[in-house]
Amino acid sequence: MTAASTDATRTAGTARTEQAAIEVKGLHKRFGKTEALRGLDLTVPAGTVCGLLGPNGAGKTTAVRVLATLVAPDQGTARVAGFDVVREADQVRRSIGLAGQHAAVDEGITGRDNLRLFGRFHRLGARRARQRADELLERFDLTEAADRLVRTYSGGMRRRLDLMASLVTQPPVLFLDEPTTGLDPRSRQEIWASIRELASAGTTVLLTTQYLDEADQLADAVAVVDHGMVIAHGPPEQLKAAVGTRIEVTLAEAGQLVPAAELLAALAGGEPGTDPDRRTITVVARGGLPVELLRLVRELDAAGVAAQDVALRSPSLDDVFLALTANSIERAA
Amino acid sequence: MATTMPGALPRAVSDTRGSMLRVLLAYRRSPGLMVASFAVPVVMVVVFGYVFGSAMQVPGGGNYREFLMPGLFVLVAVNGLIPTMVGTARDAGRGITDRLRSMPVSRTGLLLGLAVADLLVAVCVLVPLTAVGLAAGWRIRDGFAHAAVAFALLLLFRFTMTWVGMCLGLLAGSEETAGQLAVLTFPLGMVTNAFVPTGGMPGWLRAVADCNPISAVVAACREQFGNPSAPGGPWPMQHPVAATLLWAVALLVVFVPLAVRKFSSHGR
Repeated sequence: MTAASTDATRTAGTARTEQAAIEVKGLHKRFGKTEALRGLDLTVPAGTVCGLLGPNGAGKTTAVRVLATLVAPDQGTARVAGFDVVREADQVRRSIGLAGQHAAVDEGITGRDNLRLFGRFHRLGARRARQRADELLERFDLTEAADRLVRTYSGGMRRRLDLMASLVTQPPVLFLDEPTTGLDPRSRQEIWASIRELASAGTTVLLTTQYLDEADQLADAVAVVDHGMVIAHGPPEQLKAAVGTRIEVTLAEAGQLVPAAELLAALAGGEPGTDPDRRTITVVARGGLPVELLRLVRELDAAGVAAQDVALRSPSLDDVFLALTANSIERAA
Repeated sequence: MATTMPGALPRAVSDTRGSMLRVLLAYRRSPGLMVASFAVPVVMVVVFGYVFGSAMQVPGGGNYREFLMPGLFVLVAVNGLIPTMVGTARDAGRGITDRLRSMPVSRTGLLLGLAVADLLVAVCVLVPLTAVGLAAGWRIRDGFAHAAVAFALLLLFRFTMTWVGMCLGLLAGSEETAGQLAVLTFPLGMVTNAFVPTGGMPGWLRAVADCNPISAVVAACREQFGNPSAPGGPWPMQHPVAATLLWAVALLVVFVPLAVRKFSSHGR
């Protein structure tokens, strides 16, 4: 690639996507009796990383498939890089990269073959496709294995190759559907580092994940998806703040668990969880309720509870997720 | 990145070539695949030609292997749909189909590439198989022009079967299901005139065998190679070349659009 063509594409990319790289309004999709999407709304500003967080079957994958032009929505609109996914599917396809839950690469040929082929299908031209394959192999540290059959690759290497295949054209928008599911921690870290690098270079990334720490680590904004809808959307910190502080108390004696849990429930306004083996009580304070460490210790002391350890932590996305989905279950019931 | 968007036809041609390249690369990277492709037919010549052939009566007398070879040529063409079916199903099951569909590619072009590549593989298998047939006593008795017609019909039928294979592979959706479906091609190849004349079959089975498109192709090849064949039978057996062409057109008209549609809407 010449520098001029990179600049030209970048400029064109920004012109098309001034406000939002991904804009989804009221998306509905039904498969037989299953309503996979029930009015999904989502906006992802250009150059940011958005994490779609939700349990299995929440509709994350269907949402990505609609955005990647693989599935037509029943209702609603979706624009990617400024193009409508139904009416301008071809332009959308030229603007996106897709890496999925499967390592969607051909196992019967080499890693280099795979990248060259995908370059060809993106119409880079044979010479350019070869160069681009070499660049990617170098950058993702796969040069040594480049001429081996993909069949012989480890799971982490395949996933890396899969990610590389989605980057052949340096797309302005990248969809990653559970990019690290089933990977060992080291491979996971490598994929994370690559995603951060892409994001810092200006790529818009929509990432689905079941791993809450993954969204926390990578995403500028998180959209929590449940039953085909976005039930909460915002920066991870904001979502955590809305849920409130997490209190963890470890007792000296297991016998005091019940009175201590009652006390903490009254103080925090939340439902406490107890672990008799570890003699711990965990409770997430109701959103906005201020909790002071000193007062907490005094109240416990006054009630005659001997605490070994008292800690206030900001809630994990797990807490956020549980709090939000519990609400949605209540609403449904 | 600078990707230019040429017209629909150059795009389709370019994607056909890319798709062909993919199949041929797989054969180049694993030469064992090609060996397996023609080892099976060679084994069939031995098993059917010499084991079964030792107890076979050929209509009008003569060498059973001369009766058998056109049948084997056709069965090899039919069995060509199995790797296509399994490969297509594997692509669908492992997300490769989705990746390709998320790219600005011509769907028809991609599938055509698979079919054309398979045709090249078929030629690579036909050459050694022909040599083995000649070594086993099979002969071209009606001149090379007619033999060329027979080979052309074989390749046309192989091409047709590839499209059927792609449809079935996309319907199967996973390698395992496709593997199970592959077993069904066995009775399809057996209830024909490929190994025995249909005259000795029970009436209802003979009717099925005589109407089997595979029988038409086998009869057409026997006619064009000048090899022994059973006389009589229904229209397709009397006019096997015309019947083969009609079958090929009919199957292509159904399965080409179906494969393209299935591929484009995979997973919807």
